[in-house]
Amino acid sequence: MLITRGFKGKARNRGAAQDRVPPGQYVTPDFPVLSAGPTPRTSLEEWSFGLRQGGQTIAEWRWADFENLPQTEVTVDIHCVTKWSKLDTRWRGVTFDDLLGAAGLDAPPTSFLMAHCDGGYTSNAPVADLAQGRAMIATHYEDLPIAPAHGGPARLLVPHLYFWKSAKWVRWLDFIDHDEAGFWEGLGYHIHGDPWREQRYRGDP
Amino acid sequence: MTDEFIPLDGNAAAGRLAALFAAEPTTIVITCESCGREGPLGTLKLYGGAMGMILRCPECGTANLRFSDAGARATMDLRGSSRLTVYGAEAQR
Amino acid sequence: MTPTHLPWRVATVAAAKRESVRAKAILLDVPGWPGHLAGQHLDLRLTADDGYQAQRSYSISSAPAGRPQLEITVERVDDGEVSPFLLDVLREGDPIELRGPIGGYFAWMPGDGGPLLLVGGGSGVAPLMAMVRARTRSGDKTPVRLLYSARTVDELLYRAELEELAAAGDGFELIMTLTRGAPEGWTGEQGRIDREMLAARGFPPDRRPRIFVCGPTPFVEACADALVALGHEGGRIKTERFGPTGDLK
Repeated sequence: MLITRGFKGKARNRGAAQDRVPPGQYVTPDFPVLSAGPTPRTSLEEWSFGLRQGGQTIAEWRWADFENLPQTEVTVDIHCVTKWSKLDTRWRGVTFDDLLGAAGLDAPPTSFLMAHCDGGYTSNAPVADLAQGRAMIATHYEDLPIAPAHGGPARLLVPHLYFWKSAKWVRWLDFIDHDEAGFWEGLGYHIHGDPWREQRYRGDP
Repeated sequence: MTDEFIPLDGNAAAGRLAALFAAEPTTIVITCESCGREGPLGTLKLYGGAMGMILRCPECGTANLRFSDAGARATMDLRGSSRLTVYGAEAQR
Repeated sequence: MTPTHLPWRVATVAAAKRESVRAKAILLDVPGWPGHLAGQHLDLRLTADDGYQAQRSYSISSAPAGRPQLEITVERVDDGEVSPFLLDVLREGDPIELRGPIGGYFAWMPGDGGPLLLVGGGSGVAPLMAMVRARTRSGDKTPVRLLYSARTVDELLYRAELEELAAAGDGFELIMTLTRGAPEGWTGEQGRIDREMLAARGFPPDRRPRIFVCGPTPFVEACADALVALGHEGGRIKTERFGPTGDLK
């Protein structure tokens, strides 16, 4: 690999935040947008979000009902597998735990789930990575409704995993019995995706 | 000005696809599994970015080819293409 | 390392020449260069000393010439990550990594036939220059019309060369248009390349021109739509969209 004399590249210092930045990551003030397809444009009137299992709907909410569920605000760091980390991002939405509660579930029905989104994108995760306050369905970013290009009306937010897991345009979570590869996981990315263990690619320990 | 992701042409995919194609990728003719459209890979709409590439049919939007070159490997998912054809030099153009 | 049969090579910067107020033509010596078709591009890869890498694609603006020296044309992207480095820091003698040639779809070589309608927006004229130069070099007499749009007169690339070729009267016609105002004495067009200008200055559809459109994505979309609306066959219109910033990213 040839080092290019004098090339600095865009600002990427870890600065004082060393302990907040996982291995191999750079810090960015930007919010780069990557999309697998054209931006879906689902109106709030058409939108619904559901919990499903085995082809059955456990619970489903239209927009007004969803906004009436318990709302939680979080400030979190997010980490993209392409090596960019963005610190102190603010989100508002409904936590996974509150969704289960609203659905009348004492416990998640399975140990794994797959997020399904407008446009066909999917991402998988163990339920344990969403429960106990670790994830939400987010509707607001920095006090504003999430813009369509960033995943609005709602996206999954699982900030302790690489950000490809925080599926944009999420419409339902499907409870499944076994872990299955979602969109990027099927293309060589790690099935779990923990940035602190640098689980970027399939085969990483 | 939004952060809207604007797709490029399949031309821009060619450098990375060289990992998996011996033939020059942009001239490979792709048949869309969904709508049957046939056209050179260079005419598909390119989405994705650093994580990987998704080439979509310009007619119906179906993903014809998904590709990732992360982590010292190249992976391609060809679901969405029913056929790939490479023309010899005499037959091209 | 990702497997590939398109390896990264180390090229050397042979020269850098100012081409317009915002752009330079950078000449690269590339040992082992396999040759290219007019319209193809190459990828550059830059590595910072902490290992961080950035890659960008640039069209090859030089004609396929049977010698291992290539020209790319780099236009400044304000606040860009790569173009300011290439324009302000890179100097003669520096090594630089590249791979190519890339892209056979957006290519034209003498003998492919015509007439040839080339539509370029800003730095999108770069691959079209390779086609024009290939034609000149080979003595090919295919009729060519180049419709070239720039914002201002001092952002025009290759102006002197193009005007000289147009004056030679061997079937190459040049139509330049400025979108943000023209100086006194400007005899070219003004305003964006639109359906009217394409109808008035391009080849008519019944001549079945081979058409290449290159430039920023919105420019390419608008021109391609206009050409189809005028009756040109979609299959004969080849496009290369640079990203919104003008980079083939």
